[in-house]
Amino acid sequence: MSRCLSDRSIDHVVLERGEVAHTWRSERWDSLRLLTPNWQSRLPGFSYNGDDPDGYRTLAEVIEFIGSYAKAISAPVRNHTTVASVRSTESGYLVRTDQGDWLCRAVVVASGACNIADVPTFANRVPPAIMQLTAQEYRNPEQLADGGVLVVGASSSGTQIAYEIHRSGRPVALSVGEHIRAPRVYRGKDLEWWMDAAGLLDERYDEMDDIARARRVPSLQLAGTPDRSTLDINALTEIGVKLVGRLGGISEDGKAQFSGSLRNMCALSDLKMGRLLDRIDEWAQKNGFDDAAGPPHRLPPTRVEPAPPLGIDLTIGEVKAIIWATGYRPDYSWLEVPVLDRKGRLRHDGGIVSSPGMYLMGTQFMRRRKSALIDGAGDDARDLSAHLISYLDTRPARKMA
Amino acid sequence: MAEATSGANNGVNVAALIAAREALTKAPAAAQFKWRAACEWKDGTHSHSTIEGFYGLGQEQHHKRTFTFDADHPEIFASEDKGATPVEYVLVGLASCLTAGIAAVAQHRNIQLRSVTATLEGDMDVQGILGIDDDVRNGFGGIKVTYKIDADAKREDIEALVAQSQKRSAVYDIVTNPTNVTVVVD
Repeated sequence: MSRCLSDRSIDHVVLERGEVAHTWRSERWDSLRLLTPNWQSRLPGFSYNGDDPDGYRTLAEVIEFIGSYAKAISAPVRNHTTVASVRSTESGYLVRTDQGDWLCRAVVVASGACNIADVPTFANRVPPAIMQLTAQEYRNPEQLADGGVLVVGASSSGTQIAYEIHRSGRPVALSVGEHIRAPRVYRGKDLEWWMDAAGLLDERYDEMDDIARARRVPSLQLAGTPDRSTLDINALTEIGVKLVGRLGGISEDGKAQFSGSLRNMCALSDLKMGRLLDRIDEWAQKNGFDDAAGPPHRLPPTRVEPAPPLGIDLTIGEVKAIIWATGYRPDYSWLEVPVLDRKGRLRHDGGIVSSPGMYLMGTQFMRRRKSALIDGAGDDARDLSAHLISYLDTRPARKMA
Repeated sequence: MAEATSGANNGVNVAALIAAREALTKAPAAAQFKWRAACEWKDGTHSHSTIEGFYGLGQEQHHKRTFTFDADHPEIFASEDKGATPVEYVLVGLASCLTAGIAAVAQHRNIQLRSVTATLEGDMDVQGILGIDDDVRNGFGGIKVTYKIDADAKREDIEALVAQSQKRSAVYDIVTNPTNVTVVVD
């Protein structure tokens, strides 16, 4: 967005509570790699030119990449500036920060969709002897005592964390709710390549039957595995991770209760993956990619044992730690403009927030399926900066009397 | 009906359901329902239950007529078998909830159903309810539901109907997840 505003000579600043790529510096686990391949992080006027286009950036490489972009475009970043509040004024917005106040005519909310780790309310019943970490706080297995670990949540974060902890010698039970399985490589190409080529990532929010639902769908169970292997539930079962159903509650006497819906959760996920691969195959056939790519195939169904456990007693010392990989929500507590719905979600139309002159960036399916990816920022910023500029043109700054 | 023009007709008014969903999204208070049943002991293990009113859309509501249910236990439990067992009513609830869901989802996805039948089996070790072995739970050890569905759709699409129906089923949720139950004596 900063780049697009600079291109149109719009005077602006970028406020950053820490340093550029702050979330990547402070809220991710050590071994995390970007789940999109190197070639795919295309920012306006900036893309990958190294010799490993199909690789996945390490945490340090992501920080370096975003930092270099900020330098390359001379983004007017104010580091270590925490926004305390944003409120409406007659001519725009008043932004209060711990480094002074700003009056501006437009605000772009690019504070992220994953500020607060969502943890179920019954977490307060976890016995005090058990260590609890959110996926945001988890760094590596060395943080944990030896012994069993319950990882709650089987989307991208939960599966990667479960894999790493189990490999460290701590037996893991993985609580599986809704998730979407996806092969890392399909017919010889990265799944992201197919989704990009077939136009799936460019699908727009206003083309969807039910955009509210599309925005709630969990992210694909993809991991930036160095060997490009698929890290799905079957891969975890193979190394000995124990599958249990969605964590439905914890009883007062400290028993974790798992839903009996595990089989259906896995069936839904397999079916969704099947539909995605059907669309890819259909596109490949129509567009003459059948010869260039390997033959269509399907992954074996997710294996679920006949009677998965419905409970674990948390008081007997088998489980030493619980990792909550149960999703995130944005923090809009500083936003003192009435733009949130009753569930605390920002009301917007493809990133154009219901308060004039306010814009959103980087949330799930905001404008396009790729909106939450680095690769989605460019197209969204081009659209929204154009809207922002026409807003500034039609609403000239208030003249002083 | 709106869906008559779209092909499939399973007798589910999806347009009305979607309209209700939109209306309740805007007025979540009206989405608060209370379902009720009354039960009276007759004799032995025989009881007679009635279902009449419920609460929803902000007011008291009534079924078109009162529905009644007799529950008992079979003769091998030294009972008189004047009705299905309570656990069989649970199977009925699960089957009818999933089946209604299949019809509604099929309608929404424009899939014509020709026949849908389900058979259900719940495993139970009665050493639990008889107090023989405290390690055995009272309830079902597991429930198996088997559907036979004849419809104008591919096998994957039929499987997707059944999976989506489970995802949106109240009774499936009730039997697969914990629920707080409060029993008081007036």
